[in-house]
Amino acid sequence: MLAFILRRLGTMVLTMFCLTMVVFFMINLEPNLRKLAISQLDMRSSDAHIESWLTKNGYRQNFFLRYGQWLGVVQKQPNIDPDTGKAVPRFSYCNEPAEPHYGGILQGDFGCSTKFKTTVASKLFPALGATGILMFWVMATMVPIALLIGILAGMREGTRTDRTLSVASIATTATPEYVSGIIFTVIFASWLGWLNGSAASATGQGITFYNFTLPVMTMAIYGIGYIARMTRASMVEVMTQQYIRTARLKGLSFSNVVIKHALRNALIAPFTVIMLQFPWLLTGVVIVETMFRYQGFGYTLVEAAQNNDIDLLLGCSLVSVLIVLMTQLISDIGYAYLNPRIRVQ
Amino acid sequence: MGIEYIGAFQVVLGVIARFWPVWLGLAIMLTLSFTFKKKLGLYGQLFDSGVGIAGVAICFFWLFTAIFASTIAPFDPLGQVAIMKDALPGAIEPASHKIYLFGGDKLARDVFSRMVFGSQIVLIIAPAATAFALMVGITLGLPAGYYGGRIDSVLSFLANLVLAFPVILLFYLLVTPGIMDTPIPYGLAGLFFLFPIIFFATLFWTRFKDRPDKLYLTLGLTLVLGFWVYAGLVFNADPLGIVSIEPNQLNIFVAVVFASSPGVFRIVRGLVMDIKTRDYVAAAQTRGESPWYIMLWEILPNARGPLIVDACLRIGYTTILLGTLGYFGLGLAPESPDWGTAIKDASRLLRSFIHPALPPTIALMSFVLGLNLLADALREQSMKD
Repeated sequence: MLAFILRRLGTMVLTMFCLTMVVFFMINLEPNLRKLAISQLDMRSSDAHIESWLTKNGYRQNFFLRYGQWLGVVQKQPNIDPDTGKAVPRFSYCNEPAEPHYGGILQGDFGCSTKFKTTVASKLFPALGATGILMFWVMATMVPIALLIGILAGMREGTRTDRTLSVASIATTATPEYVSGIIFTVIFASWLGWLNGSAASATGQGITFYNFTLPVMTMAIYGIGYIARMTRASMVEVMTQQYIRTARLKGLSFSNVVIKHALRNALIAPFTVIMLQFPWLLTGVVIVETMFRYQGFGYTLVEAAQNNDIDLLLGCSLVSVLIVLMTQLISDIGYAYLNPRIRVQ
Repeated sequence: MGIEYIGAFQVVLGVIARFWPVWLGLAIMLTLSFTFKKKLGLYGQLFDSGVGIAGVAICFFWLFTAIFASTIAPFDPLGQVAIMKDALPGAIEPASHKIYLFGGDKLARDVFSRMVFGSQIVLIIAPAATAFALMVGITLGLPAGYYGGRIDSVLSFLANLVLAFPVILLFYLLVTPGIMDTPIPYGLAGLFFLFPIIFFATLFWTRFKDRPDKLYLTLGLTLVLGFWVYAGLVFNADPLGIVSIEPNQLNIFVAVVFASSPGVFRIVRGLVMDIKTRDYVAAAQTRGESPWYIMLWEILPNARGPLIVDACLRIGYTTILLGTLGYFGLGLAPESPDWGTAIKDASRLLRSFIHPALPPTIALMSFVLGLNLLADALREQSMKD
């Protein structure tokens, strides 16, 4: 087991290395660097001006050198002002030591956000916290509802309840966040006026039922159908097993059989699905936070991508890739742990 | 000068009337399908369940809408009639006395016509991108599952690499306007569009290797057709000038294929690993058939059931992805009538007007729902066998 986890961790590190390299390459393409320079200077800057700004801030150095600096295995040189000969920080809002130093991800330094004019760490981690709260409520509503629907549909296959619930779950998987978000806003905010169509106030004034229900609902809906269908399939399979028939023949009541015998085994497959749902939720987070103006991770990612904020975007991609890979690992380990028949070789 | 309106009931009637080519097409299609149900194989069996009929009907509805879009839509999807800005549903356009059935949007365009023309964009890109993703996924998944070992490790690592990317980040990196100045989309397109040619060339080569008469014909056709389309799509240099694609559409196409082919790869790989233990594969190996013959002519036909179901779901998922792209204003031109862009435009103004938002959202939802129902019915049918 330990060897398996170690090997998986090794693959994870390699994957993250490759992915950050790809992201680093993509955001350092010429058009993107120009976009960054223009957003930092102004719209009418001449080509020579842009070029000198890029050279001055070190964007024209060798690709691998800069990737190494970001990673923290190559020393960062201080930025020397040619007029005075003294070291000045590249961006006035981020501190930078005056002597050569190692300052990268490995040292815990995420760099400097050019869009929010602060360090990446001070922007990224509060945003992650805000998204964590959103995710918690989404999971807290989505998982129980989905499991309940799946179990109700799967315990008596082919009945009217099963068919109704199955079609309902198919319908929710056909409703992406940007569709359900609009429909819910129209119904609950514009028409009935019960809920707030924006979660912008949640950042400042705290989360209330009034401003937080719509984002949570919108995100939960898309995932419910998928998890419910997996639970149903797994429940249907378990209900045809011999030990269920034995328990029934022994004279146990139907509800007793479902709760005591079927449930535990039927929930192994959905567990994996729920864990693998996290990467999907990431896209959902971006859509929902943009739609309801909630200042979380997704909102930060969109702002970083639109302004080509290099360090912030790299930080965002590192975090999201880490989340995806960690959930995959946890789902594998958890699957082996929950299911005694599967032993990891 | 005020705008005159017609009532809600008349709007409903008007919409139903405008869709007349679709109803006609659906009626012919469904009658034919029911009449020859027994002879149509898997497609005919779909008509045994309510879910299947609903799925087929919804999919054909949007297919016919896309085909007859110019007949159904009363207005030009990009045409602006200044007086109709933010008009409510049922407003009568003063000049032509035609009706803005679902009202006008903030640029005074007809919401109904835009929804109808939006279906064209979605129904061209989504199935085509899915088809390419299938080709890429199958061509790479077959050897990975069949040979295993190092090929499998390398390809699986690459697939997992792409799958670990959050889709939205991938799109922001691949579909920004700046990237069209670089050779990356063309390079990726050049790579992806090679796969169908390789696939069909191998397919015919393994089958007709010893029958030159058929080999030359099929292989020649594949290569000529393949490279003709290839030249048109990748280099925009079709000698006849028929095949062409806008650079930003090519960009979207490539991004969608890139995002969804690892999923196909994983499914194909899993299926092949399962099927290669069967007796008929062992029989073919004993006969001395080449590995690629076994993969393409023994394993692939037996994996078609799950692949068809997956393709249906995947077209729906691609539609959702296209909507996501439109919602973030990536790739497609800002005035493009596709559903995602329309949803984005309308959602900004949701506080003042809700009518431009509903038609594209419901259209997108119903189309994906139709595909999902179809996939569900297909799965049920294939499980019965």
